[in-house]
Amino acid sequence: MKSRSLSALLLLLSGCSGPQSVLGAYGQAAIALKDLIVFIVLVAILIWLAVVLFMAFALLRRQRQPVLDSRSERRIMAVVAIATAATAFVVAVLTIASFYTTRALNSDGTADLTITVRAQQWWWQFIYADQDQRQMFQTANELHIPVGRTVRLHLQAGDVIHSFWVPSLAGKLDLIPGRENILTLRAEKPGVYRGQCAEFCGLQHSHMAFVVIAEDDADYQHWSTMQRLDGASPSGAEAIAGQAVFLAKPCAACHTIRGTPASGSTGPDLTHVGSRRTIAAGLLETTRGSLAAWIADPQTLKPGNNMPVVPLTADELRQLSAYMESLR
Amino acid sequence: MTQDQASATVTDLGLADAEVERQLSVTWGSRPGFWGAIATVDHKIIAKRYVVTAFVFLILGGMLALAMRLQLAEPEARFIGPDRYNQIFTMHGSNMMFLFAVPVMEAMGVYFVPLLVGTRNIAFPRLNAFSYWIFLFGGILLWLSFALDTAPDVGWFAYVPLSGPEYGSGKRADIWAQMITFTELSALAVAVEIVVTVFKQRAPGMSLDKVPVLVWAMLVMSFLVIMAMPAIMFASSTLILDRLVGTQFYNPAEGGDALLWQHLFWFFGHPEVYIIFVPAVGMVSTILPAFVGRPLFGYVLMVMALITTGILSFGLWVHHMFTVGLPRLGESFFTASSMAISIPAGIQIFCWLATMWAGRPVFRTPFLFVIGFIVTFVIGGLTGVMVASVPFDTQVHDTYFVVAHFHYVLIGGAVFPLIGAIYYWFPKMTGRMMSERLGRRAFWLIFIGFHLTFFPMHILGLVGMPRRVYTYQPELPWGSLNLFVSLSSLVLALGFLIFFIDAFRSWRYGAPAGPNPWNATTLEWTTSSPPPSYNFRRIPVVDARELPSPENGEFAVASGLRTDRRELLVTSVVEALPEARESSPADSVWPFWAAIATSIMLIWSMFSPWAVVWGSIPIAITLIAWFWPKGSAEDES
Amino acid sequence: MRDRIVLDVSRLPLHGMGSASPTWWATGAFMLIEGSGFGLAIAVYFYLMSLAPQWPIDAPPPDLLPGTLLTGLLLASVIPNVMVSRWAEQKQLRKVQIGLVVMSLFGIAPLALRAFEFPALHVSWDDNAYGSIVWTLLGLHTTHILTDLIDTLVLTCLMFTRHGDNARRYGDVQDNALYWNFVVITWLPLYICIYWVPRQ
Ligand code: HEA
Ligand code: HEA
Ligand code: HEC
Ligand code: CUA
Ligand SMILES: [Cu+2]
Repeated sequence: MKSRSLSALLLLLSGCSGPQSVLGAYGQAAIALKDLIVFIVLVAILIWLAVVLFMAFALLRRQRQPVLDSRSERRIMAVVAIATAATAFVVAVLTIASFYTTRALNSDGTADLTITVRAQQWWWQFIYADQDQRQMFQTANELHIPVGRTVRLHLQAGDVIHSFWVPSLAGKLDLIPGRENILTLRAEKPGVYRGQCAEFCGLQHSHMAFVVIAEDDADYQHWSTMQRLDGASPSGAEAIAGQAVFLAKPCAACHTIRGTPASGSTGPDLTHVGSRRTIAAGLLETTRGSLAAWIADPQTLKPGNNMPVVPLTADELRQLSAYMESLR
Repeated sequence: MTQDQASATVTDLGLADAEVERQLSVTWGSRPGFWGAIATVDHKIIAKRYVVTAFVFLILGGMLALAMRLQLAEPEARFIGPDRYNQIFTMHGSNMMFLFAVPVMEAMGVYFVPLLVGTRNIAFPRLNAFSYWIFLFGGILLWLSFALDTAPDVGWFAYVPLSGPEYGSGKRADIWAQMITFTELSALAVAVEIVVTVFKQRAPGMSLDKVPVLVWAMLVMSFLVIMAMPAIMFASSTLILDRLVGTQFYNPAEGGDALLWQHLFWFFGHPEVYIIFVPAVGMVSTILPAFVGRPLFGYVLMVMALITTGILSFGLWVHHMFTVGLPRLGESFFTASSMAISIPAGIQIFCWLATMWAGRPVFRTPFLFVIGFIVTFVIGGLTGVMVASVPFDTQVHDTYFVVAHFHYVLIGGAVFPLIGAIYYWFPKMTGRMMSERLGRRAFWLIFIGFHLTFFPMHILGLVGMPRRVYTYQPELPWGSLNLFVSLSSLVLALGFLIFFIDAFRSWRYGAPAGPNPWNATTLEWTTSSPPPSYNFRRIPVVDARELPSPENGEFAVASGLRTDRRELLVTSVVEALPEARESSPADSVWPFWAAIATSIMLIWSMFSPWAVVWGSIPIAITLIAWFWPKGSAEDES
Repeated sequence: MRDRIVLDVSRLPLHGMGSASPTWWATGAFMLIEGSGFGLAIAVYFYLMSLAPQWPIDAPPPDLLPGTLLTGLLLASVIPNVMVSRWAEQKQLRKVQIGLVVMSLFGIAPLALRAFEFPALHVSWDDNAYGSIVWTLLGLHTTHILTDLIDTLVLTCLMFTRHGDNARRYGDVQDNALYWNFVVITWLPLYICIYWVPRQ
């Protein structure tokens, strides 16, 4: 039974494993880690097999009287000593292998891009800094990076401890109040990689996901240029009314939409919310319907999150979601 | 008093065996009735209470586990909301660690250490009674808070700032912290008792090289408790201070630090897991020889390995913090030290395998659990070695891979030996055998159920499932494995159920066991089952690591202790040469009142710092009443 | 199984003194527990210090006078303490009684001085982490003195009753004296931490 589940594990190691998997490694760091993981797991399987097979043999071999004479005891002791020495040797090999892998991950070279990550209960804020203040922009729960470039993330926490983890790209690193950690990412292949908060952070720790979108230079440039623009002016009666509702209701106290007076900072920047794949930290795909559902009742969809229910009429809700959707 | 006066008093010298037994049972027996039960200081009675209470907590904690498995069986399930789920996993972890695993191991120590070293009662028996009450009240506090929907919800290691004044609402984190104080207080008390019992109350002749491995294991465990628990007491007290009177230990804005908590917690938390594991090693080393018909191979190696494990365990705590961003060099050191602990662990495994090899196995239930333990623990240990590697751990830390690791070592490494130990010593504790037929069924259900439940968690972790999530989204490929895990946990629960039914039935109706049903060679088997209140008619005199086989009739003993008051033999630390006849305290209700007073103070202090001042007065009064001599024979030398 | 008596213990003393006594070992174990606690508290002090840009945080170093006086007092108390212990070993009831009264006074006096130590810190426990840790260090040690004082007071009363003249009681007196030495010894590193480290 056991060896079958072990071979199942081996099978899994060789591929197909979902959008957020250590085994589907597409980042420079993740690939190195996967190699190390496969190596250590194989060594462990061999050790386990040796122990269990030996035990089975010891228990099932032809029965005789217990061995007690001192000559055989000495022989057994020699075997125990060899096994202990072998353990020490294996342990040394694994330690050295880990050490070199760690060193390989630590690319101190200059980064092509630096992004600040601020985690809060329960969403991710990604701030793309720039020398020129006006060129700065931020997104929520969606990180775009250029493929094949070294990206340096400054990890900060807004409230409690969170942990930044995109298994397909790199190992995790915590975001801790009062400290700053630095993580280097490099995606080797374009793609959409899911990540999730990996340190328990309260009620909605389960719904604190994000995606990393790795795209080639041209796409990335295009995307970042778009992001630098102010929020699109609404067109169409519904969306125009929606903007008015947004500015009149408490929304603007928590959210920023560049180009409008809304400049709150407790919630995600909504300047381009319509262009993002998901809302509410990976909870829902961004559609007009899901935006409406979210705005109407965030507390049922994501109990305990920090966005309150704002009482709205059906019309207002329709208008608001049209406006949100139009912010591309 | 001079020695001549001493010899003038009544001793068992020259008395017939039956008369010695009659007088001793009058002197050592507990009074009947409710207050007699409250006042008893018999280590066996207290230990049985401890064991039963701890198993009740296992059942309760297991039910919580099943509740979690229900919620996780399908994506976005709505059986349990996030708030309740967070309470449940916190309760499950805290309950299993602080109310089940540690206490049950101590309880086994309280029961067996005095018997294994051949003395009449544990050292400081009243402290022992006190520690049980404190443990019980701490457990009740935690479970009451759960019933009232105010249970802690910050995980069993309660990281700040989530548990701090700003984010931890209500009294939840305070209850967690105070439950820690309760259980650590009782653990420390037991640790001191065990250390002194082992050092000073061994049977004459039981020099250190003849001490049974289980006793060594309990000694190492006790030292781990003594050295590690102050860290968590300091941590939980300062957390309460931060929450109650506004100290700034964990507030980075005022010079405090969130990682300080993690360092303090894990400086305790890592040794904690060996506090659970080391006694299990002792149990395996005791059970195994009895079923292969030869002494344990490599006694000295085993003892050295136990001690080395104990010492090394203080140098590993940072391996729980590999993703907080510490300097790389420091992390590499902790990788090396964590992996190095495989060497003593390996030595233990090799010695057991050698014993099996050189012996002739008899496959009874306790032995099956030992075999299941080795198969399982080696997997858990090897995954431990995996997560000890910093780069490896950055991928699996805080995922179900780690959940799998620690259930493999906790259940495979400690609960399997424990259940084996219950099957093995049940006849001694109750005088009756457990059922071999049910035992085998329980074993196979638990063993298979366990692996089916926890093995897939490794894979879940590798494909990205974090721990402590109350639900996950349907688009993630985790649904079918989680369902499989949840269903398997029912098999596991069924196995436990059969075990409990067996234990319950055998307590009443099991076949009578006789003093030594397994032909084992440690001292507890030389007295009747269950042992009398005074343990041994006369204190055994030991001259070998293994007892002479019981069949050859005569048994070397010491004579000359008084029978009209509780008296036991104090011997020297290394050689166990007799040094003095020491009186052993009589029953008393004061430890119970002291525990009540302490509990009131501790609970009150969650609400007001003044509780420490006013609440200490009743504690002082009860303690004085406890220690003040009452003129009984035991009070006077 | 029949008993074969190979050892007669009836002539052993009824109470072992020093390391032959279980309470001596228990005292040792409790000292180990508390020693670990103090060790950790000091480690936390240095840990916080290593994080702080300046130390003490937003406060002048504590005034030396009360703490230094207290240190002197504690060191002086070791002399009568050792004498009580010796008298107890020789089972001299009268001297032990007097000695214990003296030691009770030596327990109360530091508490009076301690009352001046807290204000001399010039920082409150809730100002910042520095304040929190020094208050905790002082508070821990105060509890330490207080518990030993209560122990001494109870023992003093006990020695004046009919239960006093008894080998076990003399053992208790010795253990109590041992414990007081421990209280004094643990203070020394705390004193250096609290008063001298901030002056570096
Ligand atoms: C009984 C309890 C127990 C035991 C015995 C162990 C044993 C070990 N544990 Fe485990 N551990 C826990 C309980 C335990 N652990 C718990 C509860 C947690 C999680 C806490 C939480 O986060 O909630 C944890 C978490 C944990 C972590 C942190 C993971 C993380 O959070 O990311 C690490 C990292 O190093 C670790 C390592 C080890 C190691 C190296 C051992 C070693 O002692 C194992 C040694 C044994 C062997 C290696 C097998 C036998 C040896 C041989 C057969 C010889 C041949 C072997 C080799 C050549 C390697 N453990
Ligand atoms: C010794 C300790 C121990 C034990 C025995 C267990 C036992 C089990 N554990 Fe637990 N577990 C922990 C220690 C332990 N656990 C810890 C420390 C954590 C971390 C908590 C945290 O993150 O803070 C954890 C976390 C944890 C999680 C992760 C939760 C999360 O991160 O969200 C899960 C999930 O499946 C789980 C499952 C189980 C299961 C299915 C069992 C099963 O083995 C349970 C089987 C037992 C029973 C089911 C009882 C059966 C009895 C009956 C049903 C009979 C009734 C009988 C009578 C009435 C007479 N555990
Ligand atoms: C008190 C603060 C607050 C108010 C008022 C508020 N929000 Fe939010 N909003 C938040 C927070 C916090 C989040 C992030 C929730 C999460 O994912 O956990 C959020 C998330 C959102 C999102 C999803 C964004 C994303 O990228 O995930 C949208 C859309 C949104 N809010 C729209 C609105 C609208 C429209 C209103 C007014 C009707 C409003 N909010 C009022 C705090 C607020
Ligand atoms: Cu943020 Cu978990
Ligand atoms: Cu550990």
